[in-house]
Amino acid sequence: MAKKKTTKKKTTRKTNRVVDKKRDEKTKKKIEALAESVATKALKQKEPNFEIPTRSISNMKYNKKKRILEMGSNTQTRSLFNLGQARKFMQSLLLAKGCRDLIDAEKTLSLRGMYYMSLHTIPGTKEKTFNDQGESDGILEDLEVSLDGLREELHVFAKKRGTMVGNISIVDNGDEIDCRRMGTGGYAIPSICEPNVIQFKDCDADFILHVEKDTVWSRFNEDRFWEKHNCILTEGSGQPPRGVRRMLHRMHKELKLPVYCLLDCDPWGHYIYSVIKQGSINLAFESERMAIPDAQFLGIRANDYERCELSDDVKIDLNDRDITRAKQIAAYPWFEGKRDWQREIKTMLGNGFKMEVESLITKDISYVTEEYVPSRLKEGDFLD
Amino acid sequence: MPNVKSPKTKKKKSRANVTAETMAAGQRDISVSEFFAKNRHLLGFDNPRKAMLTAIKEAVDNALDAAEEAGILPEIYVEVMQQSETRFKLTIRDNGPGIVKAQIENIFGKLLYGSKFHRLKMSRGQQGIGISAAGMYGLMTTGKPVMIISKTGKKKPAHEVVLKMDTSKNRPTIISDEEHPEDDKLFKDGHGTQVVIELEGKYQKGRQSIDEYLEQTAIANPHATITYVTPSNETIEFPRAINELPEEPKEIKPHPKGIELGTLIQMLERTDAKQLSGFLTGDFCRVGSTKAREIAKGAGLTGQTWVKTIGHDDAERLYDSIQNTRIIAPNTDCLVPIGSKALLAGLLKEVQAEFFAASTRPPSVYRGNPFQIEVAIGYGGGLGRDDSAKVLRFANRVPLLYSQSSCCSFKAVAETSWKNYGLTQPRNSIPTGPLVVMVHMISVWVPFTSESKEAIADYDEIRKEMKLALQECGRKLGTYLRRRKRMAREGERRSVFERYIGEISRSCNAITGTDTDKLYKALMKQAKRKTEEADALLDDEGNPVDDGGRLSKDEDVIIVDDLQDIPEMQDSLFEDGKKKKKSTKKKKKKTTRKRAKK
Repeated sequence: MAKKKTTKKKTTRKTNRVVDKKRDEKTKKKIEALAESVATKALKQKEPNFEIPTRSISNMKYNKKKRILEMGSNTQTRSLFNLGQARKFMQSLLLAKGCRDLIDAEKTLSLRGMYYMSLHTIPGTKEKTFNDQGESDGILEDLEVSLDGLREELHVFAKKRGTMVGNISIVDNGDEIDCRRMGTGGYAIPSICEPNVIQFKDCDADFILHVEKDTVWSRFNEDRFWEKHNCILTEGSGQPPRGVRRMLHRMHKELKLPVYCLLDCDPWGHYIYSVIKQGSINLAFESERMAIPDAQFLGIRANDYERCELSDDVKIDLNDRDITRAKQIAAYPWFEGKRDWQREIKTMLGNGFKMEVESLITKDISYVTEEYVPSRLKEGDFLD
Repeated sequence: MPNVKSPKTKKKKSRANVTAETMAAGQRDISVSEFFAKNRHLLGFDNPRKAMLTAIKEAVDNALDAAEEAGILPEIYVEVMQQSETRFKLTIRDNGPGIVKAQIENIFGKLLYGSKFHRLKMSRGQQGIGISAAGMYGLMTTGKPVMIISKTGKKKPAHEVVLKMDTSKNRPTIISDEEHPEDDKLFKDGHGTQVVIELEGKYQKGRQSIDEYLEQTAIANPHATITYVTPSNETIEFPRAINELPEEPKEIKPHPKGIELGTLIQMLERTDAKQLSGFLTGDFCRVGSTKAREIAKGAGLTGQTWVKTIGHDDAERLYDSIQNTRIIAPNTDCLVPIGSKALLAGLLKEVQAEFFAASTRPPSVYRGNPFQIEVAIGYGGGLGRDDSAKVLRFANRVPLLYSQSSCCSFKAVAETSWKNYGLTQPRNSIPTGPLVVMVHMISVWVPFTSESKEAIADYDEIRKEMKLALQECGRKLGTYLRRRKRMAREGERRSVFERYIGEISRSCNAITGTDTDKLYKALMKQAKRKTEEADALLDDEGNPVDDGGRLSKDEDVIIVDDLQDIPEMQDSLFEDGKKKKKSTKKKKKKTTRKRAKK
């Protein structure tokens, strides 16, 4: 039931979709190989299992040359005849089947749609195949790594998040979109930004300014910052989703645009920068396609409180968790050797407070767009 | 009894005009009966409730001893009749060989009269105090005499003797003595004895009650039938579980290492032997002529030394020589254990447990006295789950109900580390859980802590044997519990796998087209094998766990229930709903059990 409903909705949305038949065949083969191995092992009375690369910090390597996070070679075996893994094993196969059905139907589904598609009660019990969407999301990520196929290759996408506006026009699934004429809302960056869906048409921008959240982005958009400074303005609603990161990566690589980040002065903001630059721990297998090692950190800086003569009201005390997190970040191998960053985190800890980008509004409504960012860009005062 | 005498002397001493002559006028013999009449707590007659139990206990012990000795399967009848609030009439009847008329008055009217004190033979009674003391207590509290009816054979008449004890002389006073006419109703087998005692008592059920005593007696004497009529006129039957009399225990001579110097001197005085060699070989066990010569040599004497010439110093040297000579342990054929089979039979009929194990240790020796330990345990089933384990203590088949914590058996149970066998056990205490532990000591001379025979004295040798036997049973229990736990776990594992196998086969089928049924069957087969494989896995200590077959083939183990009936133990993966279901199921089971019992 759920399956029919969701797919119908999707068909109306997507009309002249571009399907990468070749890539789909490849993904299908991988899924079939997985199921085939389970079936063969079962019929031969061997224990059915498959390997999943470990997605944890222990299996993470920082590639100093490429300056990105990479996944190590550790794998864990998921087998049916293990009490702790039996359920996950079953779920993996259910979702693998779901993905194959999607590819066959040449349709895509959201993570939530995928959850509903494979959700049912196991016959003869009261147990459901999935307890919540979180469970299926985790298994899908496992599937991605073990099949060595990305989410989009499995025809699954995440909820849209993140906005874009600026001196560029793109083609999204065949529709031309001029990002200079997006009004106040901006262009919603889709979850899948692969070249078969999105192509860049013409771009006059000189750089990309990525801000942490929507409120700051609106300020910049209203002040037509991108027009004045000839750039592209993006926003990722906190930790940017894969779509935004992929979009940034592609614009950076294909259009040779430098990326500057305007984030909060707190461990959270620092980590967002780290994810944009080096990739995330959880999705290290995608770093190659997502990380932007040349991204620069524009602000807010810990010394801005004095430099910009901000009022006391903008201070937010660091709590214990912030302090531990900041120390953790400072100890990451990709921050460890950077003296500027070590000093930055030290200054923040010394201050004992954090600051949000919005704190600059206390100076003047448009201080951030008219003074702060332009002068940083002019001075070239960034953290690497 | 010097300690009785001395306070008197002291008192008089404080006065000035007392002379040795006036004192002598107050000094006289004290009869044993007088002494015990004043100190009746020493014999177990401290309070009315205990007194009544002791009286019954002494009578039943004697009845069982007599019947067994005569080779008769005992049938005992016990009746407690309440006459007023504090007065009870006890009737104990057996089918034993009866007592000849001339001996009746001595046995029931004299303290320390009997056949059991002077010999080394395993029996329930030891001192010859018991039954006459019960009669004495009855006389003192109610003034009523004891009535005995005994018949020794089919063609012989039954005698009815009514007697009182004259405590100052430790002698019976016969009130009446006549032939009893209606004998056949009382003694179906044509022989037996009946005692009727009236005494002051108190009847109360529960711990340390007559009911408990008889129940435990039935456990330790599965070859006896006991009929019990309670004060509320209910009849409780403890039927016979085994139609075989235990073997007759042999009487033995003392072992040289088991006597003290004083006893040795006494024996030297009393012996019929003329020469030392003859004395040593004839009056002791395990001493041959070579050993006798060795002992004599050690004491600076020879085998030819005349016994009469051995003085005190010689005796002392002889005693030391005995201690320094290696002498083989006494024969142990004088001990007749209940036996694992009979023990289990006894426990099985009185205890509602699901697992039973028994262990009989080989005989051992303390202070020259041979002894043997038997242990049986019952676990689970209808036993209380949250209480401390129940320890049933026995000595020569007699249940011990009082002074639990000072008893060697109890200490042995507390010292055994039950945690190793999967039970919970507070520090320095007996384990908790649905467990009944029965510890039985058999010996020609059981070392009681007092004349009332309530607790076994704490000898290291005895406690060690008890612990070994307990450990043996504990290991069996541990194996059983582990196996039960594992089976529950494996069953659960299997069901987890089974739940998912269907989904997996369908998914695989959808992707690859492999036949769903075939796949399902193949995976199910594997699941079964996997979980069975785990059954044979190693236990916590790394030893291969013996499979169910071996444990149930063990003769010393009885497993009553099916495994499905015991959900309590398993560490559950189930959701709450399922758990609840199971517990209600259990409750139901309990009630049916109760009904069955009634």
